[in-house]
Amino acid sequence: MNIAYLLFWFILYSVILSISGFIAGWIDRKITARVQWRVGPPWYQNFVDFIKLTGKEVLIPEGGNKFIFVFSPVLGLIAAFCVGTILFFVFREGFGFSGDIILIVYLLTIPSLSIILGGSSSGNVLASVGISRELKLLLSYELPFICGIVIPALKANSTTSLIEIIKFQQMNGSNILSLSGIIGFIVILIASTGKLGVVPFDLSEAETEIAGGSLIEYSGILLGFYKLTKSILLVIVPLFIVLLYLGGTEITGFGSFLIFVLKYLIVLILITLIRNTNPRLRIDQALKFFWGWLTLIGIIGILITLMGF
Amino acid sequence: MSLKIKALKKSLWVYHVSTGSCNNCDIEILDLLTPRFDVERFGIILAGSPRHADVLLCTGIVNKKCVERVKEVYEQTPKPCVVVAVGACACSGGIFRHGYQMAGPLDKIIPVHVYIPGCPPKPEAIIAGIVKFLKELK
Repeated sequence: MNIAYLLFWFILYSVILSISGFIAGWIDRKITARVQWRVGPPWYQNFVDFIKLTGKEVLIPEGGNKFIFVFSPVLGLIAAFCVGTILFFVFREGFGFSGDIILIVYLLTIPSLSIILGGSSSGNVLASVGISRELKLLLSYELPFICGIVIPALKANSTTSLIEIIKFQQMNGSNILSLSGIIGFIVILIASTGKLGVVPFDLSEAETEIAGGSLIEYSGILLGFYKLTKSILLVIVPLFIVLLYLGGTEITGFGSFLIFVLKYLIVLILITLIRNTNPRLRIDQALKFFWGWLTLIGIIGILITLMGF
Repeated sequence: MSLKIKALKKSLWVYHVSTGSCNNCDIEILDLLTPRFDVERFGIILAGSPRHADVLLCTGIVNKKCVERVKEVYEQTPKPCVVVAVGACACSGGIFRHGYQMAGPLDKIIPVHVYIPGCPPKPEAIIAGIVKFLKELK
């Protein structure tokens, strides 16, 4: 594989990811609207939002660090594109390497880190409250998220390659069909709501209390990049869960592709329903929840996996 | 019409500025953003910060304390943006126009694009005003 070939697929997958991200964002908003008994926005709403943001003026605060302020949204976006490209390569071409799960876990933290960088470079007081919450949240949800990743890795004979886990599931049935699989699925699903920053854990940009939090000073195309990163995370995190737990990604024809999309939609709808039926938690409650109950359940899941259920 | 303006018309993010109102228009604006009227079907959502906003919904006479703040919020809003004066006070001063604290009305301080009179205007009236403006916008 030469560089030009990889670059071509990277750009193509980035475009596909952006489009599917906007559509996933629309599905999220539409389901929210239906839960609240409203009509909801039209399907092209997120595309229009992004085009509008590209046309707006970009304001850079005087008290901040200009280079980091402009650079950090781009950093988060590129990390999200990278994770998406790795996942697409895994399920389209069966291309993977030993340890790619660890790489994905690291790359998935970069969007959160870019929010922290951008917020701290803006020099706003409310943004500093937002980034302190984002940092604590990042520390808290990583532990149960990793517990949720360790369970399928242990089940597939202690491998760290995503493609090995998928092959194991194709031979022995999906991971979710066992007891430890169900526990792991619940843990990683709840931890991923923290990663996506949707409502029970959206305290870093709580619009009603700290007015947009870490994104408060962003406007125009830079805000658009952050919105795009959030949309892409809404694609890749459920996709990652589907690959780890719901298995069966061998796309041979239209039928199997449809089943794959259906699996993805189930995970997305579950996340949306969690978001719609829960109020926002305080940061101390979120920490207690992630480090207390969820990690405990995750460790019990790992023990059950080691016992072989 | 450029693509920029076309997209702006479909996705208006609202920031609510109270420039010393009696809270009457503010309650109607909050009513407007509830699921009953569902303005999200036109792409209208409430933004937390003026940096994210496309529309400034201003209520109340601009009193002397608020002049600097209103100017600052207007300067912090990325252009192109739309300023809407909601209620009789923001449009003309209403019953407070001879008051000692009066520094407005709003169009003396910042450029205003849409006037929605009423004390207070109903949510339906606010929607009708915005829709009429969007039809005229080029």
